[in-house]
Amino acid sequence: MLAAAIRRLAQALFVMFGISVLVFLIFVATPGADPAARIAGRNASPETLAAVRHDFGLDRPLPVQYAVLMRRLFVTRDLMSFVNRGQQVIPTIAEAAPVTLSLVAGAGVLWVIGSLVVGLVAAATRGSVLDRLLMILGLIGISMPVFWLAEVVNLFTQSRWHDTWLFSWVPPLGYQPLTTNPLGWFKALVIPWITLSILFIGLYGRVLRASLIEAYEEDYIRTARAKGLSERRVLLRHALRTSLITFVSLFGLDFGALVGGGAVLTEVVFGLHGVGKLTYDALLNLDLPLIMATVLYASFFVVAASAVVDIGYAWLDPRVRLGR
Amino acid sequence: MRRLGRDRAAMAALVLLCLIVLACLLAPVYAARIAHSDPFQSNVGGEVVIGGDSVPVLQPETGGLGLGVTPIGPTWHGAFLLGADMQGRDLAARLLYGGRNSLMIAAGASAICLVLSAIVGIVAGYFGGIVDAILARLLDVLWAFPVYLLAISLSIVLINSRLRIGPVTIASDSLLLPMLILGIVNVPYVARPVRGQVLSLKESDFVLAAIALGVPNRRILARDLLPNVASTLIVFAPLMLALNVMAEAALSFLSIGVQPPVASWGTIIQDGQNLIYTRPLVAIVPGLAIVLTVIALNVLGDGLRDALDPRAKIRVRAG
Repeated sequence: MLAAAIRRLAQALFVMFGISVLVFLIFVATPGADPAARIAGRNASPETLAAVRHDFGLDRPLPVQYAVLMRRLFVTRDLMSFVNRGQQVIPTIAEAAPVTLSLVAGAGVLWVIGSLVVGLVAAATRGSVLDRLLMILGLIGISMPVFWLAEVVNLFTQSRWHDTWLFSWVPPLGYQPLTTNPLGWFKALVIPWITLSILFIGLYGRVLRASLIEAYEEDYIRTARAKGLSERRVLLRHALRTSLITFVSLFGLDFGALVGGGAVLTEVVFGLHGVGKLTYDALLNLDLPLIMATVLYASFFVVAASAVVDIGYAWLDPRVRLGR
Repeated sequence: MRRLGRDRAAMAALVLLCLIVLACLLAPVYAARIAHSDPFQSNVGGEVVIGGDSVPVLQPETGGLGLGVTPIGPTWHGAFLLGADMQGRDLAARLLYGGRNSLMIAAGASAICLVLSAIVGIVAGYFGGIVDAILARLLDVLWAFPVYLLAISLSIVLINSRLRIGPVTIASDSLLLPMLILGIVNVPYVARPVRGQVLSLKESDFVLAAIALGVPNRRILARDLLPNVASTLIVFAPLMLALNVMAEAALSFLSIGVQPPVASWGTIIQDGQNLIYTRPLVAIVPGLAIVLTVIALNVLGDGLRDALDPRAKIRVRAG
């Protein structure tokens, strides 16, 4: 068990190291990404350019540059943006992280509750009109591009129906910190939460229904029924337990990716300056230090999520053990 | 295939898809014969005759400061059936042209993804050992990028640099770029199940028999493994298409996919973003086109999976 855990950790570290090297090489080699040209400004003379390059250590060999960058990111923690002079990378991410976390955590709660209800109701009433209806709604949910849905939602909540009783409480787009203004935080995020979760409710509801119905084919369900357990107990205690395995692993991976910045489209349309938006801006500006930091931040959550999922497996399904 | 033919929903989806593709293919005819406009030429000072009156395509704003202009709304006539965008171009014509590009990119990307995944999955699964280890680690690294961030990174890098593959140079406004990018980013998700399938096929009697008979590797790969893997890939195809239609729209919406003045459903939604409160149709209509296409593809995919391989599964990721 311990050996497996250590192997898992080593694998995770390797993946993050691989990503950092890959990203570093890609963006160093990209034309137009030359940081010296940006720092020196337009029309800088070759001498200035060379001086800047030397000052920032950009004339050193690539492995040294990589090592210096990583040391300033993790050890001295004073890595600076190449594009916005004086902008420190770590505080910038620390500022964006709560925004993304608020968005994704709220949406996560909604989509877990929503998809459990949809999946359980559809599986319990399978073949009925209600089941059909839920599955069609789910299908529509997963077929909508999230940024488009967000635009349409904005159209109604910010403009068309904003003056009616229904949406008059909706604040202008943007984020309110939870600590200073809890009510404003909630109001600002309700609409983005619902928008982001709709797609996942559709997806997870359909997945859960499918795996519940698959579980109904298993022998242990027949055994449970033969023991005379009520239909509700068979569904909730027996079928749901194994079906949750797929559900939990999907949730872990999606949640990790979203916290790491995968919600970039939702953040852009709702004007939330979270990690996804930050990564996107860093990439657009070809701002190498910020790109490295945000990408490592994102990959950390993906890697951590998949490790948590592995542990969740073992907890839910005694047949699965780490390092099998 | 006969089982698929009996699936009414899947057949309806197939018909709908054919209609969408046909409509998009007829885009030039629509622009020339019905809309009488060039959807790629900005038409800021243009006028259009509606019911005998000549109306400017971009109308001065009446409310507010009266400084800006608002493009004409839906006329429900041949010209500007659905109105115009900010540059006075016919929305309906651009929608059809955009659909052509969106569908073409999605189809190309899906093809690239399935071929690459088949190669990676079969090679990794069949040869095992060091090849498998290297490929698996590489996929792990790609896997740890949120898909949209990976696609965005690749787009930005490739748009900024001129990509050269042998003698061919791909310009930054080429449709091949988004095609290639979307083709690559989903490989980890498809190659894994293919590899798993190959691993179990490798233990099957007919492959063991072939190995025992001394059949060369190349022949085993092509004759025994590929046909079996192909049915998995066919099941993935419509779902990949659906994913890629959405992903293309997302990249173009962030203005790092299809480059203007070329249209795609994503770029039209982006054009419509600034008009969302005045002429919401510009953003809504291409979105509806995407929703319809993706629903049809998903229904078709479900039908295909039920008909061919009830156990195949693919994850849809989004953000």
